[in-house]
Amino acid sequence: MDRNHLKHQVLNMRRSLFDQLEELKDDANPNFVEEIVTLFYTDSARLIQNIEQALVNKPIDFVRLDDMLHQFKGSSSSIGAKKVKEACTQFGEYISAENAEGCTRALQLIKQEYAVLRRKLETYFQVYRWRDNLDKLRLHICSDLHKEPSGLAICEN
Amino acid sequence: MNLSNDKGSMSTASSSVVSDKFPAGLRVLVVDDDPTCLKILEKMLRTCYYDVTKSNRAEHALDMLRDKRKVFDIVISDVHMPDMDGFKLLEQVGLEMDLPVIMMSADDSKSVVMKGVTHGACDYLIKPVRIEALKNIWQHVVRKKKNEWRELEQSGSVDEGDRLQKPSEDVDYSSSANEGNWRSSKRRKDEEEEADDRDDSSTLKKPRVVWSVELHQQFVAAVNQLGIDKAVPKKILELMNVPGLTRENVASHLQKYRLYLRRLSGVSQHQGNSFMSSQEATYGPLSSLNGLDLQTLAAAGQIPAQSLATLQAAGLSRPTAKSGIPMPLVDQRNLFSFENAKLRFGEGQPQHMSSGKQMNLLHGIPTSMEPKQLVNLHHSAQSLGGMNMQVGAHGGHSGQSSSLLMQMAQPQARGQILNEPAGGQVPRLPTSTGQPILSNGISGGVLARNGIGENGRGTGYNPVSQTSSMLNFPLNHTAELPGNSFPLGSTPGISNLPSKGGYQEDANSDIKGSAGFIASYDIFNDLQQHKSNGWELQNVGLTFDASQHSNSLQSNIAVAPSVLINQAYSSSQRSGQSSNASVTGKAIFSVGEGTEHGNGQNVGQHQHLTNLLGDNSMRVKTERDASFQPALFPQHFGQEDLMSAILKQQDGIGPAENEFDFDEYPLDNIPV
Repeated sequence: MDRNHLKHQVLNMRRSLFDQLEELKDDANPNFVEEIVTLFYTDSARLIQNIEQALVNKPIDFVRLDDMLHQFKGSSSSIGAKKVKEACTQFGEYISAENAEGCTRALQLIKQEYAVLRRKLETYFQVYRWRDNLDKLRLHICSDLHKEPSGLAICEN
Repeated sequence: MNLSNDKGSMSTASSSVVSDKFPAGLRVLVVDDDPTCLKILEKMLRTCYYDVTKSNRAEHALDMLRDKRKVFDIVISDVHMPDMDGFKLLEQVGLEMDLPVIMMSADDSKSVVMKGVTHGACDYLIKPVRIEALKNIWQHVVRKKKNEWRELEQSGSVDEGDRLQKPSEDVDYSSSANEGNWRSSKRRKDEEEEADDRDDSSTLKKPRVVWSVELHQQFVAAVNQLGIDKAVPKKILELMNVPGLTRENVASHLQKYRLYLRRLSGVSQHQGNSFMSSQEATYGPLSSLNGLDLQTLAAAGQIPAQSLATLQAAGLSRPTAKSGIPMPLVDQRNLFSFENAKLRFGEGQPQHMSSGKQMNLLHGIPTSMEPKQLVNLHHSAQSLGGMNMQVGAHGGHSGQSSSLLMQMAQPQARGQILNEPAGGQVPRLPTSTGQPILSNGISGGVLARNGIGENGRGTGYNPVSQTSSMLNFPLNHTAELPGNSFPLGSTPGISNLPSKGGYQEDANSDIKGSAGFIASYDIFNDLQQHKSNGWELQNVGLTFDASQHSNSLQSNIAVAPSVLINQAYSSSQRSGQSSNASVTGKAIFSVGEGTEHGNGQNVGQHQHLTNLLGDNSMRVKTERDASFQPALFPQHFGQEDLMSAILKQQDGIGPAENEFDFDEYPLDNIPV
């Protein structure tokens, strides 16, 4: 159907990076996104720590800071964390301006967004698991029901 | 999913560039120190049916590349890596293996992207990398191979009819100086194709000859000795007396050299001394790049005195201090940090002109750089600093001499010059589209050619985008050239132009909160318990006792859909009960709710919810309220509404998603 096709096209254009990551999953990696996110957690925790450390050293090594920031920015944007990425961009500006105080503030913001992100992701995965469970339950119930002679069709699928 | 088995057979089967399954089986090497990105990339590439090898260390990647047993078609590398700079890796790969290399980074600042171009990256991807971008990387492999073949063919025929070809070459060159090397090379290629005699050996892949600095110098010396007009490969070969070097190698190298010279002379004459007048066109920085070319070329008499004089007049002429020129030649940053549209090469940066090479006027000027130049640069750089690629020199942009030079898309791209490896041109900075890699020592003539003069400066950058559309350079500063001129306005410091200027500081505040939400979850907990399905809603509910309103709201909202789903499901299961709690504008949960546990209870709860959600600003389509049909359909909408409302709250966008019927329950765009 044309309408469907068009709809799909638009959906495709609109799909976020996170959606794309979701699409990457397959039978071999059913929990791909979760694995990636877990990886991200460990890696980013380390990075944030390094960044903090770099900010306390005097004199501040802005070049190294820039490198670390870009790495953090890269990984957070890769998983689709828009707000964290934007906070990183802000941080980057302070780095280029070599504004130490601004950097510290920006780092706080990053940490804040990061905390929010983690929370959301945790929620997301929980929901995800529910949905999976729900699907399974539904299928289970439906298959049971189908066995019933009454023929009551409860499941829409 | 593992297509690797299939790929294995495919990759062996598709030894030719184009096979049925192409580009499946393309052998990709991914290098990135960030494990998250690496894993994602690997997965995406596998999804494209590519044969992926990953590495998180550049050294390790290089070892793999050098390992003859493993073959790769293309390399994707991150820019910022702790153990080795991505650009350095890029250069190494270009020099040694001549594979196409794609750079990527979250850093989208123009200076860095420029650096990628100048170092010869065939593409630059900005993170986050979409899978669509990866699907197309095979084009770089094909392009490179195509250029290689063409070079080989050309060198083959040059061997044969060296002298005869000269006149035609002249013709070609003059036109090419005007329009584009592509055309001429193409013409030449066509001639050759018709001509015959494809020397069989030229079509076979020959072992590459790396034109090292010394080798090139020997070559140039031999050419000078013979006189450029009289220099024929055979004699050059004899003079050079290098074992293992074949006439074909020399021939192709000579061809490139000639083109380069032609270009220099052609352009400089063309431009007249226009650039002379441009004060700004101080090619200081460029000259600081280790360009021994100018001197060499001058010696060879190739550089028109005019341009040379001009260059010198520009005050750039510092003797090429080949020795010990500290590699912070022109700090690339400086080069790029033109505040004005004009190219201010040397202004204010005298310190960078340490090596005083004028040549690199091209900094950024798209010139089709002969590979020799490139070689020169690299080699000179090497000789200078003992580095490698310094251009890639890490020292923080210093010595990016080569980087500077790189050619930006030259309109005249003799793209093939650079790309071709015939005879092993060295600096193989893999460039796929005709982006000649500008090497630092490009003679001033080139600069002129590039139009510093023409454009009156400043911009002299050929729009990179012309040839390297992949770079997506906005390049628009002083668009004098057709296409973009490099802004160069970006100061090195400002690496991150706040493209996304405003992140939402206050995303949290978007959702006006109501503690009611939290309470609502408790309600749901009860519901869930009824269901006894062991769902973890309770846990979720607990987690939402977060301190902050806004935060909790957000997370609540994230959960909401799921809750809704649950409701929906349970409703569907019960089907037929549609007591639907009238949704008053806010109570999203009303959709589908009213079923399970008996209407009365639900209704009560709904009301409760409604009260709680009283001031919730989330809006839900109220049409949905009543007659909740057992079908899943309305539930979909409900969720859509919820999602859209949530999104709207947070992102300020309209509930656009409502128009779409989601097939499942896409928790899309989790607002993060």
